[in-house]
Amino acid sequence: MAGLATVFGSGAMTNSIEEIEHADVILITGTNTTENHPIIAQGIKRAVERGTTRLIVVDPRRIDLVDQANYWLRQRPGTDVAWINGLMHWIIKNDLHDKDYIAQRCEGFDELAAEVEKYTPEYVEGITGIPAKDLKAAAEVIGRADRTTFLYAMGITQHTTGTNNVKSMANLAMITGNVGRYATGVNPLRGQNNVQGACDLGALPNVFPGYQPVSDPKALKKFREVWDTESLSDKPGITMTQMIPGIGEGKIKGMFIMGENPVLSDPNASHVEEALEKIDFLVVQDIFLSETAQLADVVLPAASWAEKDGTFTNSERRVQRVRAAIDPVGGSFADWRIIQRIAQLMGANINFSTPEQIFNEIRRTTPSYAGINYGRIEREGGIQWPCPDIDHPGTPYLHKDGFKRGKGLLTAIAYKPPVELPDKDYPLLLTTGRMQFHYHTGTMTRRCKSLSTLASGPALDINPEDAATFGLLEGDSVRLSSRRGSIEIKVHITKSVDRGVVFSTFHFSEAPINRLTNDALDPIAKIPEYKVCAVHVQKI
Amino acid sequence: MEKESTIKKEINLVIDGHTVTVPDGSTILEAARQAGIRVPTLCLHPALSPIGACRICVVEIDGIDRPTTACDTDVLEGMKVTTRSERLFNLRREVIKMILAHHPLNCAPCPKNGDCELQDLAYEYDLAATDFNEYRIETEQFPWKPFSTPILDYHPQRCILCGRCVKVCTEIRGLGAITMEGSGAKAMIHPVMADEEATSRCISCGECMRVCPVNAIVETMGGVRGKPWETKKVLTTCAYCGVGCQLDLNVVNNRVVGITTRDGIGVNKGRLCSKGRFGYTFIHSEDRLTKPLIRNREGKLEETTWTFALTHVAREFKRIKKEHGSDSLAGLSSARCTNEENYLFQRLIRQVFGTNNVDHCARL
Repeated sequence: MAGLATVFGSGAMTNSIEEIEHADVILITGTNTTENHPIIAQGIKRAVERGTTRLIVVDPRRIDLVDQANYWLRQRPGTDVAWINGLMHWIIKNDLHDKDYIAQRCEGFDELAAEVEKYTPEYVEGITGIPAKDLKAAAEVIGRADRTTFLYAMGITQHTTGTNNVKSMANLAMITGNVGRYATGVNPLRGQNNVQGACDLGALPNVFPGYQPVSDPKALKKFREVWDTESLSDKPGITMTQMIPGIGEGKIKGMFIMGENPVLSDPNASHVEEALEKIDFLVVQDIFLSETAQLADVVLPAASWAEKDGTFTNSERRVQRVRAAIDPVGGSFADWRIIQRIAQLMGANINFSTPEQIFNEIRRTTPSYAGINYGRIEREGGIQWPCPDIDHPGTPYLHKDGFKRGKGLLTAIAYKPPVELPDKDYPLLLTTGRMQFHYHTGTMTRRCKSLSTLASGPALDINPEDAATFGLLEGDSVRLSSRRGSIEIKVHITKSVDRGVVFSTFHFSEAPINRLTNDALDPIAKIPEYKVCAVHVQKI
Repeated sequence: MEKESTIKKEINLVIDGHTVTVPDGSTILEAARQAGIRVPTLCLHPALSPIGACRICVVEIDGIDRPTTACDTDVLEGMKVTTRSERLFNLRREVIKMILAHHPLNCAPCPKNGDCELQDLAYEYDLAATDFNEYRIETEQFPWKPFSTPILDYHPQRCILCGRCVKVCTEIRGLGAITMEGSGAKAMIHPVMADEEATSRCISCGECMRVCPVNAIVETMGGVRGKPWETKKVLTTCAYCGVGCQLDLNVVNNRVVGITTRDGIGVNKGRLCSKGRFGYTFIHSEDRLTKPLIRNREGKLEETTWTFALTHVAREFKRIKKEHGSDSLAGLSSARCTNEENYLFQRLIRQVFGTNNVDHCARL
């Protein structure tokens, strides 16, 4: 979200889910929406079938929505800045950019225009493999449409250039006047139920709840007062992707991991496992004995979402209720009770008796949540932040009357290739993702019989031509290796991946794909490059 | 909605002696409902456009001999409609009789029992088992066939061929993975096979199950569901992706036994995907952690008490903080936990651990 925060002043989906199907043009990239956000994909399909909306899909894989698309631009993985610059080049060249909007609401246009000057459709074709005529056609569709909405997910951000990819997308949206209006916007689809809320409520090393920088003296003062403590640091902490090396370097001695499974989900996962084995003291709080919990010194059993009260914030910034339906299973407790008990035992005076009381403290410290309370959610069914006061209706789309940072920042960005590309030794490009029947590391979904019936095990998607080159038949077991590790996996031959590209999911511990992925990071957002690394396959 | 709404012409008609004014393009059923007049329906579902299959909603229109279905007939200026008459009552009663002549009458073991539109109609139209004898219908024997997905089972003998499942699959999902085949008593719902690979287009979302009025489509691996009157439905937010669909956890005896939705509620408006609808059985999995575990001298995790575990955790974190400083501690919060828990977690790390080394897997 660092990319959007830089250009607009806040990082979240700018518009609402309901608005998507009212756009004239939908551009989706880096999101296999049908698999990961099925309910949104339906809306897109409906809009296309009604004939009111045109769909542009930019994806290296032949994802399901390609069948509905008016245009499918199949880029080589990791070349996103190039095709986005190419679209802007053609839009500006044909005078289809929104000059009034740019003049009133943006800054940095001249530098941007100068940068994209060289990204002619032919030049872009050379980098991305997208035919020049398709790029031109898509650019003209976007340039001529009144409302275009841009949807993306981890396929854009999980690159070493992730922040730049997002900024480029924001550039394209701004020069076409597609931010701050109904059914437009730059819309990251969040993959996890409450990833928005975790960010909003300060589970980030550089900001307090509400994105208030820890280095800001005013914010520091406020939190010291509300929490009645002097012991808050104004020095930003380190990200998860820096914590793991921190253990190896002896800087991190103790860790508390709540409801996460980095041993399967993190890049270069064997490293993570080694580090967590080495750490002095590891506490893991989870509902199952995950691969990470197995390494812990103490494992604390938590209640599942069906067993606790609270709120989640969805992808469109809507704060909604979670309600306890049953008692905590076995001897487990709701996570908040366990955290509070640890804090108390360490000497802190924190005494909440209900999640609602915690929420009321959130209202005092987090301005965008100030007007939301449990009573309102009960009556109104969910409220979209920012909601600064109790009479505020909530905000379906952001930046209506201007950007938080003043003018929207257009940033000239040059294309840089991914850190690791296929070569003689590792001739294939591995990209990773999810499938619709499973979720993340599968700790929950793999324990649901129906879902595991639908997809019982891992597979490596490979193009028929590559399969022939490597002498592989459907269902063959292969050893898949990168410079960081290797796993055994069965192959699935399909045209859904292009030649030279292989795909797998990270749901299955028996084929832990993240032992292979690259932990090279985006320099700003510290997102690892899950979506591109070089591998080779060998039949076993 | 910011789309400009074109102002529609208004239509005046008379229903059961009441004058009703509705926008042009309304159906007779919608007009009747607006006037507070109930016309019975069965195949109609609030999330779907009218199907017009069951003919329960027949009404009489002055000047037209044949009774007309109210759900899919548009209003016309000056129309005079009758929704209740002896003839209509008998017609509707015959329709329900025909359905029940095929449908099993052993309501007791059916989970719909007590919350069943067909049962309600049978009651309203005063039908008893003996009423069906006049048709002398031999119950059709259907061999078991796989449905469009292994996680759903289809029971043709229960099916009343209302067409909702076929409609929802095309209209809401845009898939068309199932269709009605055969005619008369032999008709049933069939999966549609995609030409090339003879695989189903079905994505196992279970929308067909959701709209089925008579329990003809059921979860293959679903456990026992409770009777409607003993089932507690708790509205909550789905725990999987970031869309935040609203759903009801169905609870019987402190166990989650299924997931249902409310029409029109939430960003999903009552719809769900396969994870949202079927991804609940992990809750009562045998693998759930139920006691704190602590690593013993042999390096194995063994069960312990909460008091011991938490005291140990607090003591160790305090020791590390004292020996190596606050920044030698770190916390990973969770995008799976609630807002309140994330807030409290970062408060623990910042205030009590004394470091800003807190993060979660937003980047993954």
